[in-house]
Amino acid sequence: MDLGPHAAFIWTAYGVVALVLAGLIAWLILDGREQERRLKDFAARGVKRRSEREAPRP
Amino acid sequence: MQTFTQRLANPTQFMELSARVLPWLAGAAAVVIAYGLYLAFFVAPPDYQQGETARIMFVHVPSAWLSMAGYTLVAISAFGLLVFRHPLADVSAKAAAPIGAAFTFLALVTGSLWGRPTWGTYWVWDARLTSVLILFFLYLGLIALRSSIEDETLASKLTAVLALVGIVMLPIIKFSVEFGKTLHQKASVLRLGGPTMDPSLLHPLLVMALGFTLLFAALHVKAMRNEILRRRVKALQMAEVERAQAGRLAAAE
Repeated sequence: MDLGPHAAFIWTAYGVVALVLAGLIAWLILDGREQERRLKDFAARGVKRRSEREAPRP
Repeated sequence: MQTFTQRLANPTQFMELSARVLPWLAGAAAVVIAYGLYLAFFVAPPDYQQGETARIMFVHVPSAWLSMAGYTLVAISAFGLLVFRHPLADVSAKAAAPIGAAFTFLALVTGSLWGRPTWGTYWVWDARLTSVLILFFLYLGLIALRSSIEDETLASKLTAVLALVGIVMLPIIKFSVEFGKTLHQKASVLRLGGPTMDPSLLHPLLVMALGFTLLFAALHVKAMRNEILRRRVKALQMAEVERAQAGRLAAAE
């Protein structure tokens, strides 16, 4: 694909977009996994939130 | 019978609903962006004036639109927190800020890379470019303010006030090309009288804008889910501390 004399600007623009969006997606996925891991850790130790400890409403 | 917004107001129901929606949202974003890239590189012709460099438009313009749409979302969420005390409003505002900042950064960088071959310079301190840079700093300010205050309730309220004050930037950015001295071209899509752009370029641009919007929505939903989980972790940490204190008191008696 010939993008002319300014091809470097075009590829750099698309490259930066791909890099930033990939970084954002990776950060969100890793952050979500970390929070889920910490929740599982609490569950394994039997720690419950106040709302979970309350008796179910009739 | 609960309305849709009432259902969404409950974090547990939001988690259930968003778990079902998120894969479809992310999948749709991937498909539409892939189609948009195909149109951008293989179907859209070079611009009659700018040649091939106009292809930067297909990522620059959606990023710029989403930088402003993201801030609108932050401001609406801030309003929802301060006025309606909606349980998820602060979660939404906090989740949207870094995503909006990322798209604003992309608008600035891709605009700069488009400006060099088109205007002969990467940057000028004109009304449009400077106002978008201020929007980027506003996003960073919201993130920094929130993380600098330990009390989460106070942090969310102060951040919401700043977000609402900062909304004044949106009309300034929008109309900066009309009233300010700028190298940036005037609006050619979202304008009274309809788009002035040729359909061969407008169609790929709208497809990319739709794809980026779907991606933004998917990222926002994921970030909101993470924030709800983070708050649950924090609640459990508090519960553990309470349990330890109760245990110490019982042992002392």
